[in-house]
Amino acid sequence: MTETTANHTVRQTVRPLGRPGLAYDEVAVGDRLPELSIPLTRTLIVATAIASRDYQDVHHDPELAVERGSRDIFMNILTSNGLVERFVTRWAGPAAVVAAIRIRLGAPNYPGDTMVLTGEVTAKDDAEGRVEVSVRGENALGAHVTGTVVVRLPKGENA
Amino acid sequence: MSAAYEDRLRAFVGREIHPLRPGQDPVNVPMIRHWVEAMEDDNPIHLDEEAARATGRDGVVAPASMAQAWVMRGYAATTAAEGGGGPADELTDLLAEGGYTSVVATDSEFEFHRELVPGDHVAVREVVESISPEKATALGTGRFITSLRTYHDQDGEVVAVQRWRLLRFRPKAKPQEPEERSEADAAERPEERASRPQPAINRDNAFWFEAAREHRLLIQRCAACRTLRHPPGPCCPECGSFEWDTVRASGDAHVYSFVVNHHPRHPAFDYPLIVAVVELAEGTRLITNLVGVSPEEVEIDMPVVLDWVDADPELSLPVFRPVAQEGH
Repeated sequence: MTETTANHTVRQTVRPLGRPGLAYDEVAVGDRLPELSIPLTRTLIVATAIASRDYQDVHHDPELAVERGSRDIFMNILTSNGLVERFVTRWAGPAAVVAAIRIRLGAPNYPGDTMVLTGEVTAKDDAEGRVEVSVRGENALGAHVTGTVVVRLPKGENA
Repeated sequence: MSAAYEDRLRAFVGREIHPLRPGQDPVNVPMIRHWVEAMEDDNPIHLDEEAARATGRDGVVAPASMAQAWVMRGYAATTAAEGGGGPADELTDLLAEGGYTSVVATDSEFEFHRELVPGDHVAVREVVESISPEKATALGTGRFITSLRTYHDQDGEVVAVQRWRLLRFRPKAKPQEPEERSEADAAERPEERASRPQPAINRDNAFWFEAAREHRLLIQRCAACRTLRHPPGPCCPECGSFEWDTVRASGDAHVYSFVVNHHPRHPAFDYPLIVAVVELAEGTRLITNLVGVSPEEVEIDMPVVLDWVDADPELSLPVFRPVAQEGH
């Protein structure tokens, strides 16, 4: 999969190499996450459905998916959760502990499309060391997923 | 839908549809590996003991989002012709009886209390919180079923809580066979609707949107001088009083002014989009949309009547349509 970093004028926090991840103090409200572009292959949609033990036919059988009113098979919600987690922890680093993932689904992720994930730090909770990130995954039809992820980050050396 | 059917559905609200039930297998590395490979998640804390310990953990941890995967019922149960006959199946059957045979998950709100490690054995129980009235959605007519899923570990401690919402819907008519389907047909088929821009709800206006969700159009009224006002605000512009109550609008109104929005387009709306200022019979005005009328037919002072659009499970908004003409 390709991972692209867009040229934002807004400050982006990018994790320094050789470190276990971002420290709480290194993150500011308004920081943008590096964009993540995910090609939605048929294999990805089926493999992730099975990895999440979701055997609903609409996630692997095109004929039955159409019969049930869909255009094709589509990604299951457990995978949307998993990809949103991957998107945020790859930015935050391995020390980050995921405290919440809250998502709403919109346009389905159909095979052949691409989902581009973007995110921005929207809040910080100093007492808990928690950082809230708003995320959005867009495909050609619109927003597939919108929501927030909360991660707990370690205090930095200066703390 | 008959009132009796509504009552049978309502009987499920507050009911535990899944008693606490452990997943088939404890948290384990092979399933974690399968998950992170498929997700292409290269966070080393999930498979590399040393990297996990370098972050202060005792060893590898499962991805947080996998919580639900540990309690999925598996292939055999999914493909079995009949369910187990428990309350969850009874609800599914009751919804199927109403024609809602298709299902799609729309919302998941997870709060994780701790990370799961190999050896943990996760169990889940599920309680229905609400069942929406019938709603027209881009997928078809259906009902939103909201439930609370509580995940416990082997010691009974809560490890995660998930608010979970499904749309159970009546699928629209089956599309034509793919080989017969022209490009034009494909272009005309409605896609799943993007959600509307969400209103900025605060303590001053929340009452208005909450009533709208129940299809009640409220007007704020000063408790001191009885002046009606809209949009909602904390203080009466006439007398300055902070005391207020509300009255329910009759729904009768007329077009005060309008514009037709052609560009830019937002995927949540149909175009041309008529944006109108409507004056209610009670005297206040509100900005809304006109439906059931083309832009050419709209006239200033035209009598209109209240209708509702259920944009999504959390958002219903008033719209107005022309009063049906007698003799037509």
